Amino acid sequence: MKKVHLTVDGAAISVPGGASILQACRAAGKPQPTLCYLETLTPVNTCRVCLVQVTGSRTLVPSCSRIVEEGMEVATDSEPVRHTRKVVFEFLASSVDLSLVDAETREWMDFYDVDPTRYGPAAPAAPAGARDARQAGHHQVPQPGWAETVAQPAKIQDELFVRDYGKCILCYKCVEACGPDAQNTFAIQVAGRGFDARISTEFDVDLTSSACVYCGNCIGVCPTGALIFRSEYELRNAGLWDEEAQTVTRTVCSYCGVGCNLELWVQDNRIVKVTSPMDHAVTAGHLCIKGRFGYQYVQELGGPATTPIDMVLAAGREGGFVEP
Amino acid sequence: MDLHFTSAFPSTPERVAVDRLLGGPPSGWTGGARAAADYHVALGGHHHAVGVRHRLLPALQAVQSAIGWVSPGALNYVAERLSVPPADVYAVASFYALLATEQQSLRMAHVCEDVSCRTRGSLRLLESLAGRDDVVPSPCLGQCDRSPAVLVQRAGEYDASLWNATAEDVAEVLEGATPIDPEPGHYGVPQSELGSDRLRLLRRVGTIDPYSLDEYRATGGYAALTKALTMGPEELIEEVKRAGIRGRGGAAFPVGAKWEAVVGQGPDRMLVCNADEAEPGTFKDRGVMEGDPFSLVEAMTIAGYAIGAGRGFLYIRGEYPRAARHVASALRTATESGLLGDNVLGSGFSFDIEIRMGGGAYICGEETALFNSIEGFRGEPRQKPPYPAEAGLFGLPTAINNVETLINLPLIVLEGGAAYASRGTAASTGIKLFCLSGDVARPGVYEVDFGTTLRQLIDLAGGPLEEIAAILLGGVSGSFVGPDLLDLPLTFEDTHAVGVSLGTAVVMPFGVSTDFDDLALRIAAFFRDESCGQCVPCRVGTVRQEEALHRLIGGVPLNGASSDLGLLAEIDEAMRMGSICGLGHTAGNAIRSAIALGLIGGRP
Repeated sequence: MKKVHLTVDGAAISVPGGASILQACRAAGKPQPTLCYLETLTPVNTCRVCLVQVTGSRTLVPSCSRIVEEGMEVATDSEPVRHTRKVVFEFLASSVDLSLVDAETREWMDFYDVDPTRYGPAAPAAPAGARDARQAGHHQVPQPGWAETVAQPAKIQDELFVRDYGKCILCYKCVEACGPDAQNTFAIQVAGRGFDARISTEFDVDLTSSACVYCGNCIGVCPTGALIFRSEYELRNAGLWDEEAQTVTRTVCSYCGVGCNLELWVQDNRIVKVTSPMDHAVTAGHLCIKGRFGYQYVQELGGPATTPIDMVLAAGREGGFVEP
Repeated sequence: MDLHFTSAFPSTPERVAVDRLLGGPPSGWTGGARAAADYHVALGGHHHAVGVRHRLLPALQAVQSAIGWVSPGALNYVAERLSVPPADVYAVASFYALLATEQQSLRMAHVCEDVSCRTRGSLRLLESLAGRDDVVPSPCLGQCDRSPAVLVQRAGEYDASLWNATAEDVAEVLEGATPIDPEPGHYGVPQSELGSDRLRLLRRVGTIDPYSLDEYRATGGYAALTKALTMGPEELIEEVKRAGIRGRGGAAFPVGAKWEAVVGQGPDRMLVCNADEAEPGTFKDRGVMEGDPFSLVEAMTIAGYAIGAGRGFLYIRGEYPRAARHVASALRTATESGLLGDNVLGSGFSFDIEIRMGGGAYICGEETALFNSIEGFRGEPRQKPPYPAEAGLFGLPTAINNVETLINLPLIVLEGGAAYASRGTAASTGIKLFCLSGDVARPGVYEVDFGTTLRQLIDLAGGPLEEIAAILLGGVSGSFVGPDLLDLPLTFEDTHAVGVSLGTAVVMPFGVSTDFDDLALRIAAFFRDESCGQCVPCRVGTVRQEEALHRLIGGVPLNGASSDLGLLAEIDEAMRMGSICGLGHTAGNAIRSAIALGLIGGRP
């Protein structure tokens, strides 16, 4: 591929044609914040935290999706970039529960001095189902003095995973992973409009009534913990989730001959979560229901619960759950 | 695709509504009775699904207009017929304000509560209809010359616009009375009603029968197409470039350059006419489509010929049922008369036009959102580049032009580009339509040369009703300007020089007694409601803007009033620099200008 020459913050760099500005920035040793971007998915450029300034462009440009052009001048730390990234992070932090974003994102938020309290105290959470029932174009009058949020009770409808949409930033990753970028199941989409937009099945039916095949690939790509293993959700609520104490063991799924690799997250000798390595040629981070959730037989000990984790997981299996 | 459905089944009326649009289901795989062959052959597949997805919005509209909402059973049937996953169908259905995903009354009145109507009686109208669950407030209906405006969706019957509506009118229609097309001859062109013989773009509006091709031809119609077909596409584009005409939809891009970019692409090209006229205060394209529909059909045919397109789409906003009826009739008549379809006027050029109706979403006036809407996806704008000229509707090179832009073509063809360019100014050639509403004596569409001043235009509309405090120029995505700019010549360059824009040519003067706080809050609410929700700066920014404005106006500052003013400026900046499309870029314009003029929030 022909090389394209550009500058990033004044430093000259050449990258293969067809590369994105984000890839060029990374090659130049300048990582950028991202939320809706993932190597294995089609860029949707909706979160707007990777925006950069390109000379000659009236507005800022999403570095994840914009392809480099010969002679492009890119600025990643100009005043408009800093201001817009800061405010965009503040918009998210003031409207969404970002408590489970990764450490890198938290560092970026510190870097931009993000202060979500500038927009007012968070409004009370919406009752279950209220946000799902909102109709396009019907105005939601602001509650005086409050900053509107997407806070709402988590949807806990089965034993495998939880959809906690109070943590959803609408990055579209789960929709892409459920759809044409991985699973081709199309169980979920973005429904509604504007601030009332949300990830939804048709008419918000339970996942068990929807096309969902429980591959859990949406969990694998979610950047904010809005989609989360039931086990992790319960353990976090019980205050038992402890990543320091966890080991991650890479193995090969034993269900069929494809050879998907699994990462088993183990705490106190119990599997608490299963992921798949992003860089694996077969899976690219994705699995099926068996690889993702079919680990129960490994630890079906038969006897009474012996650890606190067992108690929490058993309570989850029996359908009881801790209110968020 | 192996689709999964809930157990909801369509009722007979729902099936009939969809089948009337799509024809009967061809196999058991797409919603028909299962035949023996279906057990052996899967008909359809990926190519079928890709090819029919664009019929999704029309199918949902068929269901909505038949039974008054999109029920789970109907949604499943549409999904099955078109091989679209039910979650995707719901995603599209729930995007549009004129599609309901919960059961509602069979007749629904949408009462305009937007900037023009709310100062002219619509708030009182809404108040007197309060408590009815079949009345909802609506964004601008594009009938600002006849406030208060109401659109009534009627299941099983045609949708009807009510003008100068009273509570009794609305109640009667909601209870089943047949709405009388008010003032059948009225198209909102006061110049024509006053007998002006100098009109060119509007000369037929209100003076000929919009259903009559004979009257259209008798007044010079189709002379331009006949001439254009002898000129050839290259010469036609040269003439348009000589005319110097720039787009009238708001972006003011030179038409000739746009077309050349399209022609420079691959051979399969597309023409789209943007008639999704939803900018509050804008109603010029409606008048043309209602009063002179053949002129748009002829103009689109000329444009299609110039760029070498075989097909054109006309996307009319859903709130314009009368315009859609008139243009649909003109399309049928033109096709029957050999003026459209195969071998137009024996020239060998073939061209078809398909009408698509919007579903009640301001964002679909954004060109790439409009493409997604036609293609059967949510009306979310696409990041540019690629531009429509490279990859537009269905990924094909596309020329997308506004109605008013296109209806200038017959003039350019007949009199030549140079003669056309002799009017107006060097950078803003030709004639322009303006939408006058608000506090003027004769609201309506006015046709003037570029360079006419604000004052002259307002005088043409009978003058202000009271001393002017400010004028909303270019719509709610435009700006308020003070009376000190009354002598501003209305051209692209003169408005640009003072930091404002002609936008969609809205000129809405407001008198000194106006409650600008109320107007600003309405504008903020409008953008919150109409943001598509795709990108963070606009989705959250429009909410934060409305909240900060409420605090500022309500006098309950968060950390002192100066903090809310500063916050509004920061929000505006982030939306302008960071949003995907023009909606977010301009969502803070009017409020910023209102603050700068001291109309709200105290003088800066």
